[in-house]
Amino acid sequence: MRLAVMGAGAVGSSVVELAGEYGHDVTAFADSRSAVVDADGIDAPTVLERKEHEGVVGDADPEEALAATYDVLVEATPTTLGDAEPGMSHVEAALRRDRHVVLANKGPVAERYGDVRELEADSEGRVLFEATVGGAMPVLSTITDIGPDHITAVRGVLNGTVNFVLSRMAAEGLDYEHVLAEAQDMGVAETDPSFDVEGTDTALKGVILANVLADGREYTLADADVEGIVDIPGSVLELAREDGRTVRLIVEVRAGEIRVGPRLVPENAALAPTGTTNAVQLETEHAGQLNVSGPGAGGPETASAILADVDRLAHE
Amino acid sequence: MSDSQNDIRAYTLRLELVDEPGELLRSLQPIADNGGNLLSIFHERGNVTPRGHVPVEVDIEATPDRFEKIVDALHDAGINVVQAGTERYSEGLTIVLSGDVIETDLSDTLSRIQASANATVTDLSLSAPEGTADTSSARLDIAAESGATDSVLEGIREVAEEKDLRLIEPLTTGGDR
Repeated sequence: MRLAVMGAGAVGSSVVELAGEYGHDVTAFADSRSAVVDADGIDAPTVLERKEHEGVVGDADPEEALAATYDVLVEATPTTLGDAEPGMSHVEAALRRDRHVVLANKGPVAERYGDVRELEADSEGRVLFEATVGGAMPVLSTITDIGPDHITAVRGVLNGTVNFVLSRMAAEGLDYEHVLAEAQDMGVAETDPSFDVEGTDTALKGVILANVLADGREYTLADADVEGIVDIPGSVLELAREDGRTVRLIVEVRAGEIRVGPRLVPENAALAPTGTTNAVQLETEHAGQLNVSGPGAGGPETASAILADVDRLAHE
Repeated sequence: MSDSQNDIRAYTLRLELVDEPGELLRSLQPIADNGGNLLSIFHERGNVTPRGHVPVEVDIEATPDRFEKIVDALHDAGINVVQAGTERYSEGLTIVLSGDVIETDLSDTLSRIQASANATVTDLSLSAPEGTADTSSARLDIAAESGATDSVLEGIREVAEEKDLRLIEPLTTGGDR
């Protein structure tokens, strides 16, 4: 498949780097200011080096990447709330040209799911978004395989930054501020960690899960009940540990409700991963509980989920 | 399984008694009155609950319908039944409250949790690393009447919100594994 990759952050760059290994060509690659387009396939190492040293991927305008020759548009620009732009416009441009879309950007499927599905219905192209929930973990494809109708609840630990903070606090008896600062030093947490620690990122993933599970109804962030972990005292984790439990930020999607909040779980539970590891538990009608865990973020990890989606489209 | 109402079966009753003279005898009376055969009594005198109640475990034999009458009679007599029979009568629930737990009157919080629904606080653990005036946390083990977990949690949420306490709820219904 020929790929147009929008977004040159860790995820977009990893897709460009790994596409060849998976048997695909990148024919267009754009960041917010520049683009490189080559119908025969761009030279990934050269382009990535230029991005690293000059901060641009090429001399073309980002718009030219959208107009380029490609089979699948990979949308890996940063997630935005509300109108989900510019990601949503990229999705629209591709679908109107009857091209497929693979999303890493959560915005379009969390904030404008109805619009995405409507555009898809009028297009020959399809939209897949495995990478938006749980990074490398096969969550959405597992749901598709089991069938949304046979799933009664989904619970997950879906933010590695938050999970790192909570598991460090529990293991070392350190307070919130201390561990958060440490996470920022290590690059595990952003300079502005609010999107993670306030629970927004986790909630968006819950909204996407709800949309996938829902029969007809559309969910947005406004439908989620969200509580984060900001300033959670160390004494909470200490008391939990005395009782063989710990605290994890868990999103629960059940009976049409999306709830995010710190919850008490047994220390050895499937939903108590440590460090930046994510975990998802599907409660199924006929198959009991199914658990998936693994890296929920990271460039190559997320790129592997994106390229798995591209493979699915290639095999159809 | 036989459903015969004439089958005599063994049942375990877990009670929590007020630590006063005569309470144990008073709790046994409804068992005798309703034809229960007392097998054993385990009186945990040294292991009082946070409310100062004494846990008592009573093993009896009775037919299913007599057993039901015994439990009803115990309720009528104001005896606190935590668990009755082969099935658990209560569901364990653990929560953590955090904030000005002590300054906002912990004993009032506890009594309101117990009053708001069919719940008993069976254990309490407190952590106040910065002293009582600062942020402290309390872990509460609660025995809720079977099926009443949701309403008990709802009651706790109200108290927590009113007192501006952070409530960490357990992950219930299956996520507990």
